[in-house]
Amino acid sequence: MTTTTAELDELGVVPPTWKRRHLLGLEDLSAEELTLILDKAAIFRRAAAQGQRKLPLLTGKTCVNLFFENSTRTRTSFGLAARRLGADTLDFSASTSSLSKGETVIDTAKNLEAMGTDVMIVRHHTPGTPHLLAQNLHCSVINAGDGPHEHPTQGLLDILTIRQRLGRIAGLTVALVGDILHSRTARSNIWGLKKLGAHVIVCGPSTLVSPRWQELDVEYSYSLDAILDRVDVLNLLRIQFERQATRPFPSVREYAHLYTMDTQRLAKAKRDILILAPGPINRGVEVTPDVADGPQSAILEQVTNGVAVRMAVLWLVTATWKPA
Amino acid sequence: MRNILIQNGRVIDPSQGLDRVTNLLIADGGIAAYDASPDGQAQVIDATDRIVAPGLVDMHVHLREPGFEEDETIESGTAAAVAGGFTSVACMPNTDPPIDSQGTVEFVRRQAAAKGQCNVFVVACVSKNREGKELSEIGQLVEAGAVAFSDDGAPVYDAELMRRAFEYCLMFDKPVMNHCEVRELTRGAVMHEGLVSLVLGLPAMPAAAEDVMISRDITLAEATGGRLHVMHVSALNGVEALRRAKLRGVRVTAEATPHHFTLTDECLRTFDSNCKMNPPLRGKEHVDAIIAGLSDGTIDVIASDHAPHAKEKKMKELDQAPFGIVGLETALGLVVTRLIEPGHLDWPAALAKMTINPARILGIPKGTIQIGSDADVAIIDPKVRWRVDPAQFRSKSTNTPFAGWELTGRADTVIVAGRVKFCRGGGS
Repeated sequence: MTTTTAELDELGVVPPTWKRRHLLGLEDLSAEELTLILDKAAIFRRAAAQGQRKLPLLTGKTCVNLFFENSTRTRTSFGLAARRLGADTLDFSASTSSLSKGETVIDTAKNLEAMGTDVMIVRHHTPGTPHLLAQNLHCSVINAGDGPHEHPTQGLLDILTIRQRLGRIAGLTVALVGDILHSRTARSNIWGLKKLGAHVIVCGPSTLVSPRWQELDVEYSYSLDAILDRVDVLNLLRIQFERQATRPFPSVREYAHLYTMDTQRLAKAKRDILILAPGPINRGVEVTPDVADGPQSAILEQVTNGVAVRMAVLWLVTATWKPA
Repeated sequence: MRNILIQNGRVIDPSQGLDRVTNLLIADGGIAAYDASPDGQAQVIDATDRIVAPGLVDMHVHLREPGFEEDETIESGTAAAVAGGFTSVACMPNTDPPIDSQGTVEFVRRQAAAKGQCNVFVVACVSKNREGKELSEIGQLVEAGAVAFSDDGAPVYDAELMRRAFEYCLMFDKPVMNHCEVRELTRGAVMHEGLVSLVLGLPAMPAAAEDVMISRDITLAEATGGRLHVMHVSALNGVEALRRAKLRGVRVTAEATPHHFTLTDECLRTFDSNCKMNPPLRGKEHVDAIIAGLSDGTIDVIASDHAPHAKEKKMKELDQAPFGIVGLETALGLVVTRLIEPGHLDWPAALAKMTINPARILGIPKGTIQIGSDADVAIIDPKVRWRVDPAQFRSKSTNTPFAGWELTGRADTVIVAGRVKFCRGGGS
């Protein structure tokens, strides 16, 4: 499919139903809002595929990456998305900041805002910090990952990739595998996928997968082998060693034995199963290299879609902005 | 000092089983007579449609002085107390320096005498420097005026130290007040572990962390004959453990806070640091258990755990913000709105938990308006609807999750030792 001029014109149109100035999570978004973002992202994606990477919808705006946690993919992806929209960008990481001099996170953000920021893209190890900043700033705030809480653009790019490969979300069975307890990607996927009509299974060791997910109409399983034959999409989440207070399983070896997606397991899965991983991946832990690089894997498409999704989100949150 | 005649109020004093409309005469700072008539000399306060009660006693308050005067001082904290209907507070020793020496007890008592608006009783540290290693000089602290012992803010962690504290306090007949929390289960946690923490991805503490230590302390109190007071009980199984212990005759008492019988962990969904406290707000089944424990007498006391924190400390990421909320100025309104109006407690039962019960546990001659006692009196409007406005607080801090709430019932006039220390709408 090629992008038409009509489609590019349509990009600039934001329907009156979209009112959000911030994107803090997918939990609050309606199916219509999710679909709007995905549709816009799909156009950006197609335009880029045809070589039309620059679409200067944000000329004159400034987007700031305010990252208190390490990130390669997300930070680069947001920066690229902003520049492709013609915005100025600024990267701020905690290690070079005055936080070490005792400044609070709100003051740091307010100072950056005072330099003329339109969008603050925030990553922080504590859930709710983007929400705290959204309450205390005038600019738009996009959550680029708040601890184990949410990572809305990651959820959106996963969903966009599924939609692109399989043509739909409704009716699919999607399994999220791994460290569900500490995964913001899992949570954003759960909210987005469920709103769009997918069945979600969370799968992993019992120390990281709570039966309470059932209360939110999410299936849980401790056995990857038990669910493989009815899963359309596998999203393999990284074990977040850095967030675990105590080791939730005896050894990486034992984890890999139970949950690594390898060729033997692939043989037991549906023939057209789609394999995603939000990255960074630990090859040999969540997934073996032959599977990660095989035809079922869409890991690099996810990365490509990430830029498109972030362009769509940056455009939408700024499009609704009116000076106070 | 002019005599005061409080006329025509519904006088409720659980310490003497009193609940009737009468006139109360205060003379020379003491309770002088019931059924008194105006003599033309005494200042007359009309208490028609009001409840006249012993001044409230809050046995769990953080006054923050010395050391954290940016959060609260003895002056501001006691001003908040009288505005909330309290005439006596017991202050916790997690100050800087902690209250673990005679000198610090004396400092607090001197500040209270000079600047306090109400009576201040000192709870001193169980252990030296609140380190949980060696007993503080409990006997000398008692001589200096300490009424109870606690390392509040931290649990007394070492079971051997707790056992010795129970045994040693026996000879002074003082209670050990413990903050029950097994720390291995709560590392880094900011809220209760449940469905809400699962959704929010916040590090969480299970109710078991509290239950386990309550059970340990009950066992140690039973074994030693010591007096245990469980602070701010918040979880279902802990309430049940207390209920069974009391049936066995263990010398155990317990308190609950207004926020634990009012709010659930759902409040954290906005990531408001004013909903971050320890013990944390828990699920509805726990709130119901606290209310049931208050109704059947398992929980003896309602205490605020007034924990002021300056705004700049609370306006932080949720893991950086300190635990705790202010409570002195909302406690009575929450008791009326959440316990009395729905019928969980009647007025005498609720007032007992805020007057004579805490006074008896602390062994202080307060919480009563028997003839001859100090004239500490709260005149309460039981029907008034009012909106919580932190800008009006007397406390230096405004960290409350109840801003904007409409509550029923508050104190109009508060008298300490025969002097009107608080009168809503000015006057006096």
